[in-house]
Amino acid sequence: MLIVNVLGLLLIGLIAWWFWIYQPGEVSAGQGAIRVIVEDGTYQPSRIRLPAGQSATLQFLRKDASPCAEMVLFSDFDISEELPLDHYKTITLPAMNPGEYDFTCQMQMYRGKLIVE
Amino acid sequence: MKHPPSNQSKSCGHRHQHDQPSSRSSSLNRQEFDIEGASCASCVAKIEASLNKVSGVDKAEMNLAQRMVTVTGSADPGNLIEAIERIGYHAKIHEQGSEQDSLEKKERADQDYYKRLMREMCIALALGVPLMIYSVVGGEMTVTTNAERLIWLVIGLLTLGVMVFSGKHFYIGAWKSFVNHSANMDTLIALGTGTAWLYSMMVVFFPYLIPDLARHVYFEATAMIIGLVNLGLALEIRARGRTSEAIKRLIGLQTKTARVIRDGKDVDILIEQVQLDDRVRVRPGEKIPVDGLVLEGNTSVDESMLTGEPMPVEKKENDEVVGGTINKTGSIVFRATRVGKDTALARIIGMVKRAQNSKPPIGRLADLISGYFVPTIMIISVASALAWLNFGPEPAIAFAIVSATTVLIIACPCALGLATPMSVMVGVGKAAEAGVLIRNGEALQMSAKITANLAAKCTEDEVLLLAASLEAGSEHPLAMAIVESAKERNLKLKKIEGFSAIAGQGVEGSVVNKQLLLGNEKLMHENRIAIDTHVEVAQKMASEAMTPMYFAVDGRLAAIIAVADPIKADSIPAIRRLQKSGLRVIMLTGDNRATAKAVADKVGISEFFAEVLPGDKSGKVQALQAEGEVVGMTGDGINDAPALAMADVGFAIGTGTDVAIESADITLMRGSLHGLADAIAVSKATLRNIRQNLFGAFVYNAAGVPFAAGVLYPFFGLLLSPVIAGAAMAFSSLTVVSNANRLRFFKTGEHQE
Repeated sequence: MLIVNVLGLLLIGLIAWWFWIYQPGEVSAGQGAIRVIVEDGTYQPSRIRLPAGQSATLQFLRKDASPCAEMVLFSDFDISEELPLDHYKTITLPAMNPGEYDFTCQMQMYRGKLIVE
Repeated sequence: MKHPPSNQSKSCGHRHQHDQPSSRSSSLNRQEFDIEGASCASCVAKIEASLNKVSGVDKAEMNLAQRMVTVTGSADPGNLIEAIERIGYHAKIHEQGSEQDSLEKKERADQDYYKRLMREMCIALALGVPLMIYSVVGGEMTVTTNAERLIWLVIGLLTLGVMVFSGKHFYIGAWKSFVNHSANMDTLIALGTGTAWLYSMMVVFFPYLIPDLARHVYFEATAMIIGLVNLGLALEIRARGRTSEAIKRLIGLQTKTARVIRDGKDVDILIEQVQLDDRVRVRPGEKIPVDGLVLEGNTSVDESMLTGEPMPVEKKENDEVVGGTINKTGSIVFRATRVGKDTALARIIGMVKRAQNSKPPIGRLADLISGYFVPTIMIISVASALAWLNFGPEPAIAFAIVSATTVLIIACPCALGLATPMSVMVGVGKAAEAGVLIRNGEALQMSAKITANLAAKCTEDEVLLLAASLEAGSEHPLAMAIVESAKERNLKLKKIEGFSAIAGQGVEGSVVNKQLLLGNEKLMHENRIAIDTHVEVAQKMASEAMTPMYFAVDGRLAAIIAVADPIKADSIPAIRRLQKSGLRVIMLTGDNRATAKAVADKVGISEFFAEVLPGDKSGKVQALQAEGEVVGMTGDGINDAPALAMADVGFAIGTGTDVAIESADITLMRGSLHGLADAIAVSKATLRNIRQNLFGAFVYNAAGVPFAAGVLYPFFGLLLSPVIAGAAMAFSSLTVVSNANRLRFFKTGEHQE
């Protein structure tokens, strides 16, 4: 029983670590626009590093037919765009101050982050 | 005269901002091409250079990221493509899918998705329902004999088939997001159904490892949950389709073709091909395809679909017509002044779409919670299983599995996430139907909270003085009205020299070396005074039962003077509507106290600010704010801009044709205070709807999750079945969407009382 309890608690810790504490890799803005694939409940890549003080373009390609994936919102910049299925949608971001900005679907299930520095 | 002419009309809020000619020409000759084969920065320079050499090109710019080049100028598209092909790239004209096309595409995609979900649901329920019935009527769901093991193994494999066929998207989605350190709805469903299935398979394969009482299989739960969640999703798609009805209706107002006159012949062309300055013919009963100015003909136009104004508007030469409205009685030819993305309708659609997807601050908490929701539920699920294992009665393991599964299944982050956006979508759309354009969610929320509203009413004493001085010599009833009005304001009239009346046109005279002319359009034309850009304002006044007259000083138009009762007929009921909803309505005017009081009494307003200079309007807003009021300010978008910006919510009174007022929080396209009452009523209804949704979603999750974990078991012996949890979850988000849809039946306008 002790082992079960320890395993259970370990599992809880693991969940917290995996979803909240761990920081996944990032993609930096290089040449041209960054392409973000919207599929199976995620944005790929979901963490995007961008230079501050410059506008940037992201191209979203939605492959997921579920209505959840339909919108992408950058609530800090008042941007909300409908993503057509299987077509690139270009979203231009304004020049941004350094900081972290989330982009999400309407229901916050698809989540991504812009790291501006 | 120090004021520009267009600021001189006596009626506030019917001014038109005119497009700068420069913005017209830039959209006139803009061509876009998709480029294939270009992959590096050096290609950009090459392509641009080669295009710039083509005759007629003003500027060629390439966007490497989008692989697209934009050319301005009058060059022939064929030549441009040739120039690009010559240096080794491929080019084709960039096709701008129209709103209608993309809407159709989206609907088709939704329809396909709906069908797929329904198919998957049928398969899952075909297995789930019989199993469920069997278990409910008391069938043995346990595994003891070898024959039972075999039967359950077959059923287990069938369930696996259902999981693969009907539930694949949950598992793939869950896995993909897991790898990306995120979790969503799919994660919960996949874990819940997966746990139930794995445990059941364990019972089938190793029954002896598990205590007798706990040898229970839950295949029916897995199949049922997958089926029910798919059904819920399918119904949600249907319901969501309805939430965008308003925008669909607006998009549907656009015509597909236009009849233009080219080389003296009528040709039907696609609406995308209509160019600026094209002459467009519209027959009775037809929709007006783009915005323009009438060149020939008289007609009346139904503009209700854009402005909410029920009465048809008379149009004659030089009047503005707006794309999407319906030509009722006569045949007209008009000159296109705005096409494509610049038309009022296109801009209204853009604005409504943007607003529909923005969120009022009330939704922020829900957003914050949904960010942590799914992992939290997973933790609760594990914790509840541990609690059952430690303290639960026998068979503890079975209870632990059931509670863990049920917690995962019942939790519904979607209901929480959908609560706000769905209501905003319907509410903003509903407002647009009534001619109220709400800029964003914040404006929506604020206008539901307004406690005091300032309504501006303007006067222009200086012009009036000159005009009245001139008219003092005339006996025309309109002239007398002007003189009367100047006297009311205690203006001292000046002496006029060389007064003469021109029959059927107006009067002329001079004062202190100023040459004055007052009369109708004809008088202005005779004297070669440019009034083109103001005819529209005058027409608008005329359509509101005022009689507009042009007033020129030294050969330049100084004002359009309208003689009419300054209070519009429908203002009184509209003001009563506002007061009824508990609002302090305050009039703001430059008139002297006596006039202001008379007007205020007439419309039933007890509070007014009189003799307010234009610059002081924002000061009055501030004063009210200091009293702790949430202040709404109604005024015209141009002259009252500072006060509109200062107010908590600025309501700009536009007209159906003028959406230049994008800086205001809310634009009232119908020049009536009913628009204001509608705006506030819709906002209140929407906010109420959002609150209901959020409350429902919070309560559902806050009550459902502990119940599923078995909190009630020690007291009442109650434990929720995972199948019931699946049904509850599937229908909770559907409930949210349906509740938002109730807003569609909200009634605006006078008939609401």
